[in-house]
Amino acid sequence: MIPELGHFSLILALFVAFAMGTLSVVGGQQGRADWMALARPGAQALWLLTAISFACLAYAFMTNDFSVLYVTQHSNSKLPDIYRFAAVWGGHEGSLLLWLLMLCSWMMAVSLFSRQLPDVMVSRVLGVLGLVAVGFLLFMLITSNPFARLADIPANGQDLNPMLQDPGLVFHPPMLYMGYVGMAVPFAFAIAALLNGRLDAAWARWSRPWATAAWICLTIGIGMGSEWAYYVLGWGGWWFWDPVENASFLPWLVGTALIHSLAVTEKRGLFRNWTIMLAIIAFSLSLLGTFLVRSGVLTSVHAFATDPKRGVFILLFLAVVVGGSLTLFALRASKVQSGGKFTLVSRETLLLVNNVLLTTAAAAVLLGTLYPLIIDALNLGKLSVGPPYFEAVFVPIMVPALLLMVIGSWARWKTDSVAELSKNLTPVAIVSVLLGCAAPLLAGPWSALVALGLTLAFWIILGSAVQIYRQIKNSANWNSTPISIWGMHVAHIGIAVFVIGITMVKGYETEKDVRMAVGDTVSVGGYTFRMTGIRTEPGPNYSAEVGDVELSKDGKLLRVMHPEKRAYFSSSMPMTQAAIDTTLTRDVYVSLGERLEGGDGTAWAVRVYHKPFVTWIWAGCLFMALGGAMAALDKRYRRKVAASAVKITGLAA
Amino acid sequence: MKKALIPLGIFIVLVVFLAIGLTRDPHEIPSPLIGKAAPLFSAPILQTPGQAFNSKDMLGKVWLLNTWASWCVACRQEHPILVEFAKTKSLPVIGLDYKDKDAEGLKWLDHLGNPYDLSVADRDGRIGIDFGVYGVPESFLIDKAGVIRYKQIGPITEEALRDKILPLVRELQKS
Amino acid sequence: MKLWLTLFLALQFAFSAYAAEAVPLAEDPVVEQRMLIITEELRCLVCQNESLAASRADLAQDLRREVRGLIKANKTNQEIRDYLVARYGDFVLYRPAFKPMNYLLWFGPFLLLLGALVVLVRLVRRNQRNAAPTPLDPAQRAKAQSLLKDPGLHS
Repeated sequence: MIPELGHFSLILALFVAFAMGTLSVVGGQQGRADWMALARPGAQALWLLTAISFACLAYAFMTNDFSVLYVTQHSNSKLPDIYRFAAVWGGHEGSLLLWLLMLCSWMMAVSLFSRQLPDVMVSRVLGVLGLVAVGFLLFMLITSNPFARLADIPANGQDLNPMLQDPGLVFHPPMLYMGYVGMAVPFAFAIAALLNGRLDAAWARWSRPWATAAWICLTIGIGMGSEWAYYVLGWGGWWFWDPVENASFLPWLVGTALIHSLAVTEKRGLFRNWTIMLAIIAFSLSLLGTFLVRSGVLTSVHAFATDPKRGVFILLFLAVVVGGSLTLFALRASKVQSGGKFTLVSRETLLLVNNVLLTTAAAAVLLGTLYPLIIDALNLGKLSVGPPYFEAVFVPIMVPALLLMVIGSWARWKTDSVAELSKNLTPVAIVSVLLGCAAPLLAGPWSALVALGLTLAFWIILGSAVQIYRQIKNSANWNSTPISIWGMHVAHIGIAVFVIGITMVKGYETEKDVRMAVGDTVSVGGYTFRMTGIRTEPGPNYSAEVGDVELSKDGKLLRVMHPEKRAYFSSSMPMTQAAIDTTLTRDVYVSLGERLEGGDGTAWAVRVYHKPFVTWIWAGCLFMALGGAMAALDKRYRRKVAASAVKITGLAA
Repeated sequence: MKKALIPLGIFIVLVVFLAIGLTRDPHEIPSPLIGKAAPLFSAPILQTPGQAFNSKDMLGKVWLLNTWASWCVACRQEHPILVEFAKTKSLPVIGLDYKDKDAEGLKWLDHLGNPYDLSVADRDGRIGIDFGVYGVPESFLIDKAGVIRYKQIGPITEEALRDKILPLVRELQKS
Repeated sequence: MKLWLTLFLALQFAFSAYAAEAVPLAEDPVVEQRMLIITEELRCLVCQNESLAASRADLAQDLRREVRGLIKANKTNQEIRDYLVARYGDFVLYRPAFKPMNYLLWFGPFLLLLGALVVLVRLVRRNQRNAAPTPLDPAQRAKAQSLLKDPGLHS
């Protein structure tokens, strides 16, 4: 009964989305206030219907309703409650429902937090989002219905993939989807602007907080995914340039370019076409990512079970949405040249360079991800493009971006001089180089790459620190500095923290792969590990061999670590649960391999790692997100537009 | 107007590639050995471990090398087809028992039928690696000059046998 | 008493001798290190997307064994890669070969960057040309001066 209710709710949602989508957009085009008025309540009704559907699926999981095929495929009565809930999005159909719920949640947010926007703009934005929802609802109802029933109800389900039975599943997909889907909002704003015919600074000010909010969610979502891979895979890797990872990184790169481009359009009314194009591209990359993950065209550890019918549908959807927007862009892009003037040395130029570098980096990642497919489609054979390519291409493009980041935040709008900038920045540069070249010596053998990474990080941190200091010292009332300025510095410092993390880990991580019997010790990075025993421990749906490993430094016992090897009842592949000890400056990581027989009694293959500063990678992501949040919450985005201004802009239909 | 159409143009090209991509299987790795000399090998015969088989002995004949194993589930799918095909005595079929235990392999053949003129034991998988085997079953059609002319990735199906392998066998046997 | 003490101490030493420094799994750490560096950039053929160094699949273990053998036979890294490519094709390389078929891949991003920078410079120059303010004619200039001098305007 409940699954049918969920299914019915989706069908209703399809009609509601189609109605409010068409009426809101057409209403906006024709200036019909009665149709435009449907946008907000329509979005809210859509959210309610989608939430009901989601709740029904969750109910089916929590009550172990194995008559629902999807529940049988991804759950089991012995699965712990929290994973039974998270299993709702553990497979293709359910994760699509999550996608949809996120889309409707963003629509709900736009409908609630847009009082200061002209109604005609809001109705267009919600209308476009509603039409996107129509696409996803059709996709679900035609090819991927999570509520399909089984004629023969099995006694129990096939269990959730053991790799997914982890807190990571509870947080990473929702956050990631919030970001992925969130890019639809600036996209909708861009389409609304193209439909409107007016591309101006006001539009940029309205879209900016939404673009930033989506970017924040994507930053946290990707960071979480990376951290999850790090502790669950058992050998300390955290980024593999896997096609699905790249699929999430592409909208992030373009999203970063977008929020910077919006800054210029908002402040100076420049680059309007380019900003619109970035907003379209960011969401297009989200949709492309959905296609790559679910169609089976690329091999990936993250790919969902595939079905060619699904691939065709998503491709059609992609063609319609992106093709439509790009056609609209070609027809409606502003042909009026922006009036603002700026010189070669100015913040505008530097932000343009930022955009060039970020979009080129994104293009490089896209090229590398799709190249195997292109070569295969041209019948030239099969090849692989992996981490060596991406690192060789991505790093050289991003290094100048990191360098110019500081100059860009210093430079004035319109015009600045090389002399002025050098006067302020040369001391910072010198100190950064000195610190960057000296610091590696404290951690280990000197390496040019580590020195480069640390120099860039210090450059960014000191550049921001000096600016913060000046801002506080020079302004009479620094409390009145817009919070977005502090946000910018926090986010930039976040990038520096991130760079420190990856530089130090790549430069100085050490590992040992050994055969350990009870009583054996192994040392790495100054830490000593002693295996004191292995015992068997049952879990709710698995049986584990748990190791007791004493961690000591300089002879002092710090703690006991418990790496595990789990045999889930539902799977033949054993799962490693690494034991990690985390402090601010390093992670110490123990991973249990296979049991080894022979020689003198049983022993185990054990891997121990010392990873300096690895948590800084994810701390950096948090700082970036925090900075973004500070920027998005700036008062000027919530200021109500003066009544007279509303009259003027509202009429532009 | 024209410049603004560039993004749309690039996108259309991308969609065409993605559409073609939907018709391909990214897991299937084509063999680089097609058209090249099959690696020569010598291995103990499964049924009579004291004796060895040398692939050089097959020069001048068109023959099929089929990798199989007692632990291989997909092999059970193609095995009946091979057994039937072997009855036609069209060409010699040599089995390569890949990473298996001799006793298990013999038991499996006993149980499910033996289509092979003989099988050799590739206990550590080295011969498989030389042939670029990455999964079981895989089959190689080798011509009179010892050149690999066709590789079947996965189980041999009726269609593959009828449409690809048999016509090629006839053609190769004529020359 | 002394006998028991001696026996006791002897037993202690005997037991602690069994609890030793763990032995590396690899037979030869130098070969192992080199093997890992090479296989880090090679792809596991049976996995969804893992390197040959990291994969636990049977074929990956076999291929790692092959690579160790080739290292001990004094083959160069390139020869080892060629050995695997001869058997499995380009698919096994994570670093795409630098050959004409892949020029677009290797040169593409940098050409794109160059092109974008050229467009950027042109754009900035054009912006400066177009936005150059038109000079005032004498009548407009006089009016501007008088406005500036007007005390009533300062508020």
